[in-house]
Amino acid sequence: MELLVASGIGACMAAGIYLILRLRTFAVVLGMTMITYAINTFLFATGRLVVNLPPILHDGDAAAYTDPLPQALVLTAIVISFGMTAVVVMMSLGAFIEGGDDHINMPPDDREMPPLKTIDDRPEEERA
Amino acid sequence: MTPHWLIAPVLVPAILGPLMILWMRHDLLQQRVFGVIGSLLTLIVAIKLNVTAAGGEVIVYRLGNWPAPFGIVLMLDKLAALMLLLTGILAVIVQLYGIGSGWDRKGWHFHSLWMFQLMGINGAFMTGDAFNLFVFFEILLIASYGLMTHGGGPMRLRAGVQYIGYNLAGSALFLAALGTLYAVTGTLNMADMAERVAMMEPQDTALLRTGAVLLMLVFAIKAAIVPLHFWLPSTYANAPGPVAALFAIMSKVGIYAIIRFFTLVFPSDSIVETIATDLLLPAALITLILGQLGVLGTRSLTRLAAFAAIASIGTLVISIARFDVQGLTAGLYYMLHSTLAAAALFLVVDLVAARRGGDFWLRQRPAIRNTGLVSALFFATAIAVVGLPPLSGFLGKLLIIRATATDPWMAVIWTVILVTSVISLVGFGRAGSILFWKAHELDPEPGNDTDEGQRPVRGPIPTKLESDEPIQDVDDSAAPWLAFLAVGGLLACSVAMTIFAGPLTGYLQHMAEQLTQPELYYDSVLRMQEGSR
Repeated sequence: MELLVASGIGACMAAGIYLILRLRTFAVVLGMTMITYAINTFLFATGRLVVNLPPILHDGDAAAYTDPLPQALVLTAIVISFGMTAVVVMMSLGAFIEGGDDHINMPPDDREMPPLKTIDDRPEEERA
Repeated sequence: MTPHWLIAPVLVPAILGPLMILWMRHDLLQQRVFGVIGSLLTLIVAIKLNVTAAGGEVIVYRLGNWPAPFGIVLMLDKLAALMLLLTGILAVIVQLYGIGSGWDRKGWHFHSLWMFQLMGINGAFMTGDAFNLFVFFEILLIASYGLMTHGGGPMRLRAGVQYIGYNLAGSALFLAALGTLYAVTGTLNMADMAERVAMMEPQDTALLRTGAVLLMLVFAIKAAIVPLHFWLPSTYANAPGPVAALFAIMSKVGIYAIIRFFTLVFPSDSIVETIATDLLLPAALITLILGQLGVLGTRSLTRLAAFAAIASIGTLVISIARFDVQGLTAGLYYMLHSTLAAAALFLVVDLVAARRGGDFWLRQRPAIRNTGLVSALFFATAIAVVGLPPLSGFLGKLLIIRATATDPWMAVIWTVILVTSVISLVGFGRAGSILFWKAHELDPEPGNDTDEGQRPVRGPIPTKLESDEPIQDVDDSAAPWLAFLAVGGLLACSVAMTIFAGPLTGYLQHMAEQLTQPELYYDSVLRMQEGSR
């Protein structure tokens, strides 16, 4: 079971890293989601993998229980990452609508000095 | 008896933020009043907490009064109190600038996002629990995403997407680090974790070392240490001026977390040795060189400020990386200075850009409005940032040079600091002469933004942004004097840090001594629990 979970996390993480290195926002959002899955599963596994044991002490038997803290942590992490995915989707959408394309890289205007607008460049009615 | 004041820096903004959204979302005046009240309250509480912390104890606040390793604790020592004070001062001054320059009406919810940002920053400075630190990091990041894209526009949104992407990857790394550390130590309370790390057998520490290195990487992302700095230039360059100025404290949250974790949980004599901190010094040197070269090479004024911020991080980390009393003292002094100076620089850059109709490129334009005052502020800020006497940047660099005098890398460190100071001096000189001196060679063109008489006189500035309005325009400035006052206030802090440098460094030295005695934290958090409240 450990091998299965570990390789699952690894595969998910690898796919996520490949996707966040893509140039378009959609792939990056998907990559973020994959990484989040991988990390959440990893976090869940930090309390050791057990089968069919409750996350609560029963009859004081420390062997028959699983650590509840990672479950609480993973719950927090899921909530935060869920919200963050929504934020990044909205932001990418905003950038797509305002910027005209969905590239991650900044457009050339970010580095190249645009030509200075002089008074003659303005539209006809403003010049009057 | 633990004073309940300890929770106030988190609670006050946490209450005011939602209140502003729910109750006064359409009334900018009320938002401004309550926003400033909120920041002022956190400042006042921070002053009070500094008085409390100056006694030298580590004061622990147990949330819900749960005993320590099980419940979450907030802890207040001298460093945390000082960082709260720095945040409070910066927040009040920069918020006044945001109001005075009219930035706060260029989008929605500026002041409530400001509150959430303060809540996250204050919480990150006070928490004594590693997972809680992650949560507060997320709070401050989520608020910063909103603030960074405040005002909108294609460039800002695209830079925002990059910023969010980078930081989401950083958060994932943070969770991985915490998961690793929890799996090894079985606790998330920092003091408890430190004690368990100290008890660990050397052969069992492979995962622990991995966790420590991962954690260092996460904090290096937040602090923008090379090679993890790539998010910073376009984020800070595209963020609204006052927001970029507030972000000056955000990269310091990363530095704070490095100091906290690597003095308390993984001190250099612990079982993980210096595996995570060894790389800090070379990285800091490269950060400094790269930042100052950026200052010299950039063609954009906002990027110049962003690269100056990167360079200041480099200088700071050079000193912190020693993790001894002298290095920490010098580093803390420089941290105070560089936060205020970087914030002042972002505000001055915003003043200039607003007066050029949003044109932040370094090129010759006709003289701007208020050119005398703005150029004087730019000059003073540049002196502070570059580190020339008489402002505090000079003293900060001097302290760092003195602290590294016995370092085996002394020759390299001194050369890099001194040479890069000259580089940035040239960079700022070039920027200043293009912006202010060469401007006089051009005649003010009619209809240009320099010509005050050309624009139609408008009525009172509306509190909502009209759809056809330019994002950055000096005519929107609700109270230009308030904006100037804010920059002056930040510079006055720098002057005060120079005048009171003696007592301040004395206090910072006590702080550094407190940081290098982690036993104090163990006892306060884990053992002095009976009748804690």
